[in-house]
Amino acid sequence: MEFSFDLLWEILPQLLRATVVTIEATLAGFAISLIVGLVMVSGMRARQRWLRFLSRFAMEFLRATPLLVQVYFLFFVLPGFGITLSPFLTGVTALGLHYGAYAAEAYRAGLESVPRGQWEAAVSLNYSRLAAYRHIVLPQALPPIVPSLGNIAISMLKDTPILAAVTVTELMFVANEIGSERFQYTEPVTAAALIYLVLSLAAAPLINFIDRRLRPEETRA
Amino acid sequence: MQIVWEYRQLLLGGVRITLIVTVLAAVVAVLMSFASGLARESRHRILRVPAIIYVELFRGTSLLAQLFWLFFVLPSFGIELPALACGVLAIGLCNGAYGSEIVRGALRSVPRGQREAAIALNYSPAQSFRLIVLPQAARVMAPLFGSLFIEILKASSLVSLITLPDLTFQAKNIILVHLNTTAVLSTVLVVYFVIALFISGGAQRIERALSRGVDHTAG
Repeated sequence: MEFSFDLLWEILPQLLRATVVTIEATLAGFAISLIVGLVMVSGMRARQRWLRFLSRFAMEFLRATPLLVQVYFLFFVLPGFGITLSPFLTGVTALGLHYGAYAAEAYRAGLESVPRGQWEAAVSLNYSRLAAYRHIVLPQALPPIVPSLGNIAISMLKDTPILAAVTVTELMFVANEIGSERFQYTEPVTAAALIYLVLSLAAAPLINFIDRRLRPEETRA
Repeated sequence: MQIVWEYRQLLLGGVRITLIVTVLAAVVAVLMSFASGLARESRHRILRVPAIIYVELFRGTSLLAQLFWLFFVLPSFGIELPALACGVLAIGLCNGAYGSEIVRGALRSVPRGQREAAIALNYSPAQSFRLIVLPQAARVMAPLFGSLFIEILKASSLVSLITLPDLTFQAKNIILVHLNTTAVLSTVLVVYFVIALFISGGAQRIERALSRGVDHTAG
């Protein structure tokens, strides 16, 4: 068995087009997860006990159940309630919900890393709750969150093949399709795996760069 | 919920496969975590380099790509593994690469002074590792391995895509025949959640057992 570079060359354009879908799904899912995480972390810090409990439970549940089953759930159950989303939107929503729970955890850790005294100082300076968040707490809480969010984005990238299960034509779906059409899985699946490797290796320096840009001057190494 | 009861045998059979895959993959992952985590801390380049390549390769590519590679590509090299072996190997190897970081971080969390004290007391390197470093590192590892096992449980659902009849696979089959999807999928989600609760509960108990006699006030 040998690796055919001719075949690889032939299918590469198809795979690269699918890679675009993979990247789109990752970015869209990431954007949703940032918002979902924000909603959840707000819920966890709310004054109402029931809201705190509910947010906590949603977070734990989303994190403890498989993304694949969550994707199926959205894909097969939502239409029954009159909500019909395209496979891409379904997949992206599932990604956003699943990883939103992880984002919430990252936000929570960041917010808790801000010392209590900072809050007390803001209160004593007569800052409103909103102003305290905006000017005192968030600028300190955000930088340590960035690397965690970066890891979440990379994990999402590697979980996008799960969307193939609901026929989103992303990289793994196309690689698999080529494989079954030509009875030749070696080249497409190997190439797809390498593309994921390249993407996630490329993402790491990008996240480092953003991380460095967001850090306040004095703490830059 | 009637439909769930009707298909209980099928779903329970699926739970069995899910648990088998999870447990076996967890064993592979723990072995690989320790092997690669220790190798990366080694002084010898021959051990360090392969471990780094292993970790980067398996963390950098998608688990599903690895799974499909073992299932579809490996046979063309003359190695035909049963679906169960593919699932266990792919999930175990991939999560082992993540576990490698857990082992490394936990070993590094043990203060240097502990090793120095062991040397001063004339412990051999093996004794120092087994009696001084490992028990302290294990306490740090327990909750992190608990989370890793939950990731493995979730990842086990992917074996349904290489024809292993696990819980997800059976749920999908029932859905394709019947229209009542909400009950089946909700049940499946809850079952996964309950298994995950058992895993995190177990991890907590182990952590507590390992922390017995530790002076928490010393920080």
